[in-house]
Amino acid sequence: MIDGDTRVLVQGITGRHGSFHTKLMLEYGTNVVAGVTPGKGGQEVHGVPVYDTVEEAVEETGAEASVVFVPAPAAPDAVMEAIEAGLDPIVVITEHIPAHDTMRFVELARWEGIRIIGPNTPGLIVPPERTKLGIMPHHVFTEGEVAVASRSGTLTYEIVQSMTEAGIGQSLCVGLGGDQIVGTTFIDFLEYVREDRRTEAVVLIGEIGGNAEELAAEYIVETDFPKPVVAYIAGRHAPPGKRMGHAGAIIERGAGTAESKIRALRRAGADVAEKPWEVPELLREYL
Amino acid sequence: MIRLLEYQAKRLLREQGVPIPEGDLARTPEEAARIAERIDGPVVVKAQVPVGARGKAGGVLFADDPREAREAAERLLGSKIRGEVVKQVLVEERVDIEEEWYVSITLDRAERVPVLLVSREGGVDIEEVPDERIARTHVDPVLGLRGFEARRTALEAEIPRRHAPALERVALALYRVFNEYDAHLVEVNPLVLTRDGELVAVDAVVNLDEDAAYLRHPEFAEKTEDFPFVELDGNIGIIANGAGLTMATIDLVKDLGGEPANFLDVGGGADPTLIKRAILRVAELDVDVILINIFGGITRCDEVAKGVVSVLEDVDIPLVVRLVGTNEEEGQRILREHGIEAFTDLEEAVKKAVELAG
Repeated sequence: MIDGDTRVLVQGITGRHGSFHTKLMLEYGTNVVAGVTPGKGGQEVHGVPVYDTVEEAVEETGAEASVVFVPAPAAPDAVMEAIEAGLDPIVVITEHIPAHDTMRFVELARWEGIRIIGPNTPGLIVPPERTKLGIMPHHVFTEGEVAVASRSGTLTYEIVQSMTEAGIGQSLCVGLGGDQIVGTTFIDFLEYVREDRRTEAVVLIGEIGGNAEELAAEYIVETDFPKPVVAYIAGRHAPPGKRMGHAGAIIERGAGTAESKIRALRRAGADVAEKPWEVPELLREYL
Repeated sequence: MIRLLEYQAKRLLREQGVPIPEGDLARTPEEAARIAERIDGPVVVKAQVPVGARGKAGGVLFADDPREAREAAERLLGSKIRGEVVKQVLVEERVDIEEEWYVSITLDRAERVPVLLVSREGGVDIEEVPDERIARTHVDPVLGLRGFEARRTALEAEIPRRHAPALERVALALYRVFNEYDAHLVEVNPLVLTRDGELVAVDAVVNLDEDAAYLRHPEFAEKTEDFPFVELDGNIGIIANGAGLTMATIDLVKDLGGEPANFLDVGGGADPTLIKRAILRVAELDVDVILINIFGGITRCDEVAKGVVSVLEDVDIPLVVRLVGTNEEEGQRILREHGIEAFTDLEEAVKKAVELAG
C-alpha cells in the first residue's frame, strides 16, 4: 500500500494539528513532500512547501498519497480534490464529517479504484518502512510480524504498546475510523494482509455498533483466512441505545452488541481477549 | 443522531409532496378539541415524543368527537411516554385503511450506500417482518434514487402493479428529504392505502446526522455537551480520550469489581480548558473517585496535565491519573510538581481507582 519512499501530501498542513503532525511524521521518517492550504501557497511548514491546490502540489512534487487534516466543513471538498488528482491512499483524519458527505466521496473513490482510510481515523503506520500517514504516536510501535486494524485510535495505542513491551512488533497498523461510514473495513484489511509477506498474525480491535466484526468473522470462515486472528472488542458494558463517543458506536434495536461480535469471531476461530493486555499473550502462541 | 418529532417529520414529507392526514399540533386540550371540531370526524391523538413504539406505550389514543379528543389530550399532555414528557399532541383525522405498507431510506453501514426498503407488511415494527417480505435496493449516493429503481422495488415487494407509480413518487420524496436534510433514516410506517385508493403517510420517522445538523441545518441542531457524555449508575467517574479507550476503561473498571458512573470522552486534541470542564462535569455526579485515562496521540499529555492541575483547588474528589503517549514526560513532570504521581500502567490505575471507590 505504502512504503518509505511514498511521496506524501498533507492537506490542511498549516493548521494546528496539520503542522504538529507533519513534524512528527517527518521525524519518524515519512517522506512528506508537500502540503496544501488554499490561500497559503508559497509558505513552508517544517521545510515542506505549501501549495494552493492539490493539482499544483502533485505537479511540483510528484505527491502520491494524502493525509487530510482539513476541518469538517471543508474536508469533503479536500478529499474530492485528492481523488481528482489520483492520490492513493487518502487518509482522512478529520472528525465530524457528515455521513452523507463520506458516502459520496467513498463512492467516488470506489469508481476511481482509490483507497480511502477513515474518516475519523488516526491513520496508517508501517513500522518496517518507518513511515506513517497520520497521528499515531510512533514511539509505541516497533517493527514486527503482526498486522493490526482498529475502529478506535487510542485503544489501538494501548494494545500496540502492550505488544511492543512484550517484544511483539507490527508489520502494519490501520485505524479504520470511528464513524458510521468508513472507506476501509475489516474485510478490506483482511484481504490486503492475507497476501502480505511480512504479516504472520492479525489483530482486530472492534467496538459496539454496526456489524463490521460479524462480517469480518464471515469472511474469515468463507475464505479460509490463512493467518491466526486475535481480537479485542470494546463496549461489553455499554448501555443499549446510547452513542458511546464514536458516531458508529451504538447498540441499536439489539444489534451491534459486543457479545454478538465476540461470539461471531470466536466461532470463526479467532481468539478474543477480555482485557487489552491479554492480546500479546494470545499472540505469543502463534509467533 | 437527532430524532425529529412525528409532526416535524411529516412537515418535511409534505413539503416534498407526500400526502399526510389532515390535522394539527395541539399544546392544550382546548386546542385538541378545536382541531377535532374542524376535522369533523373520528380522530387520533398522538403524543409527540422522540421515541419509538408509542402506541404500545399508551401514547396514541382514539377519539370519536371533540369532547373525547379533549379528554385524550388531557391524559397525554404532561404524562411521560418511555421517560419523555409529552408537551404536544398531534390531532389527525383517522383514515380508512385498505392496506398498510412500509417504506424507508436508511444508511447501509456495511455497503456504505443508502438503501431503499419496501414491504407490503407495514404497520408493525419492521424488525418483526420476515426478511423475504422486504424488498431492498441499494442506491448510488452520487446519482441518488432513480424512479425505475423505486418502481422495481415496489414490484419486488408485491405492491399491486397499479399502485407502483404512486409508491415511486413517495419513495422519491423520501429520498429528497433523506438527501436534503442529511438523514440517517426517513421512514413511513405505515404508508396506508386508503379505501379510496390513495396513499397516505400515517406515521413517519426522520433521524438526522448530528454533524450535518450542526453544519447545515441549525434549525434542528440540538445543544450538545462539549464532549460525548453518558451517565451510568456507579461511583467511579471516568474520563478518557477516544471512544474505544473510554469504553475499554469502563469494561476494565467493571471487570475489576468497580462501578463506572459515566462515559466521558474528551476526544482528540483536548486542551487544558476542555480537561478542566470534563473534570468539573464528572465532579457534579455523586462519585468517590475520578479515573482519568489518557493515551496521547493527537492529544498532548502536557496539555492534559495543565488541565488537571487547574482544577485541584475546585475539586476535592480523589483523582487517579494514567498518562502516556505524546509529550508524556512533560505531562508527568507537571503533575508531579503538583503532588500527583501519574500511573503509566493501565491495570494499576484501574485497580487504584476501584480500591479508592471502596
